[in-house]
Amino acid sequence: MSSDLSDLYQHVILDHNRRPRNRGRIPTANRSAHGDNPSCGDQCDVYLRLDGDRIADISFEGSGCAISMASASLMTTLLKGKKADEAAGLYDRFHEIVTTGKEPEEISDLGAFAGVHAFPARIKCATLSWHAALNALRGDPAPTTTESHTD
Amino acid sequence: MPSTWDRIRDEFPTLHQQVNGHPLVYLDNAATTQKPRAVMTALDRFYERDNSNVHRGLHALSMRATDAYEGARARVARFVNAAAPEEIIFTRGTTESINLVAASWGGANLAKGDVILLTEMEHHSNLVPWQLVARRTGAALRYLPVTGDEGLLDLSALDRLLTPEVKVFAFTHVSNTLATINPVAELCARARKAGAVTVVDAAQSIGHMPVDVRAMGCDFLAFSGHKMAGVTGIGALFGRRALLESMPPWQGGGGMISSVDFHESRWKPPPERFEAGTPNFGDAVALGAACDFLDSLGREAIRQHDGALAKMAYERLAELPGIRLLGPRGERGGLVSFAFRDIHAHDVVTFADEDGIALRGGHHCNQPLMKRLGLTSTARASFYVYNEEREIDALVASMRRTLKFFGSAD
Repeated sequence: MSSDLSDLYQHVILDHNRRPRNRGRIPTANRSAHGDNPSCGDQCDVYLRLDGDRIADISFEGSGCAISMASASLMTTLLKGKKADEAAGLYDRFHEIVTTGKEPEEISDLGAFAGVHAFPARIKCATLSWHAALNALRGDPAPTTTESHTD
Repeated sequence: MPSTWDRIRDEFPTLHQQVNGHPLVYLDNAATTQKPRAVMTALDRFYERDNSNVHRGLHALSMRATDAYEGARARVARFVNAAAPEEIIFTRGTTESINLVAASWGGANLAKGDVILLTEMEHHSNLVPWQLVARRTGAALRYLPVTGDEGLLDLSALDRLLTPEVKVFAFTHVSNTLATINPVAELCARARKAGAVTVVDAAQSIGHMPVDVRAMGCDFLAFSGHKMAGVTGIGALFGRRALLESMPPWQGGGGMISSVDFHESRWKPPPERFEAGTPNFGDAVALGAACDFLDSLGREAIRQHDGALAKMAYERLAELPGIRLLGPRGERGGLVSFAFRDIHAHDVVTFADEDGIALRGGHHCNQPLMKRLGLTSTARASFYVYNEEREIDALVASMRRTLKFFGSAD
């Protein structure tokens, strides 16, 4: 297998894809948002329980490729307990990683997604759940679609 | 003369390249086929010698271009066995052809209380145009069911669904996801008996098997050039002359009028009535060359070649663990769709690409059918005249490597 492909399908991604964390709908959710990628049919719903501006709980449901499902799973583990502005900051770092391939300086599972940048068609897969989560945080009920944002 | 089959791959320059360090295995023919030299040469020749706007021109080049364009129309008419060249309208492709029927015929003939009958296996291009005209006219949509993974139309439901309210029955000849070859002649005959107009989506059959509109008994037939060895941007609509003559224009402009006044205009007869603006004559000429190329191979021979590869791929893939194959096990069109239990189609396609194999993954513009089958996406291998058995070996070997990587190999 080429190094590009093994960089794309890193152990962390395969593990989250095989054993997704926080999958399913949390009954106490007070925010949710839907995201879809019309070009490939990937879908993702993100559910949040916001406590003030802190994410007390978060989960996702959806169907899609290993990259999109692993990204959603990892995202829920990283966002749980975070404040809204911290979540936006994490997304900015994640976005930089998947678009430039630059590994983060600190040790973070986000770095597992650096290989995505070599596959431009898959960047939308990686960012789908994040867009849904940020929409849910903003309280924006409109479904997000990968056709309406640039990544 | 040696048959074109003997050196068929030499006719297609695109095939001769390496992708990711492997010889290209092009199995995305249901999306678009590669183009033979003969078609590209016809296009070049037209632009190098004869290019000029068609119709009305009184100079030599315009007359040559008009002859070439109208010659292509006659060639396409012969290709589908239409009764006359005037029954062929050039369009951008299948999608535009169906939109033309839905907007023009549908707009003039549908009203509240009428029913548009479709099938559950329709491509979005034979579904969304009807949704648009249904919304505009108040007509209702109704669907003939698919039996399940084997992908056959449930013909036992047809009599119940073909009520007098059904004004049009639109269906695909060959499913782009299931590979089902529908019994077009029977469907047309039953629709005609019930008083419904028939529209056949021939996008997946036109380049792969004999298509004869008179044997089928259809009223309209839509297809694209780029899926039959032609270039992109050109396709055609066949329409029975009497129907076309009864239909209003769907776009206005130059070329489609007999006279224009400030407040009203009179239309030309078909086909010009439906070809407003400068037509795509260059690509139409190339489409005529594609017809010649396919007829030199023989369309019955193409049907057997592509169908045999698809059947072989089906049988070989069926040996893989956790695979779900769609469509009929027996006779099928030249493609096979499949899904693995634990691996998403996009991951499958990415791994195949690594081995130089071009597949398609996704919903194939068949979202309602996918939902009906409880799937979100499948991978699809589709074959054409230049594909070989060894490419199925490469496909199966690549799938085995993918399964092993994701830990589901047996």
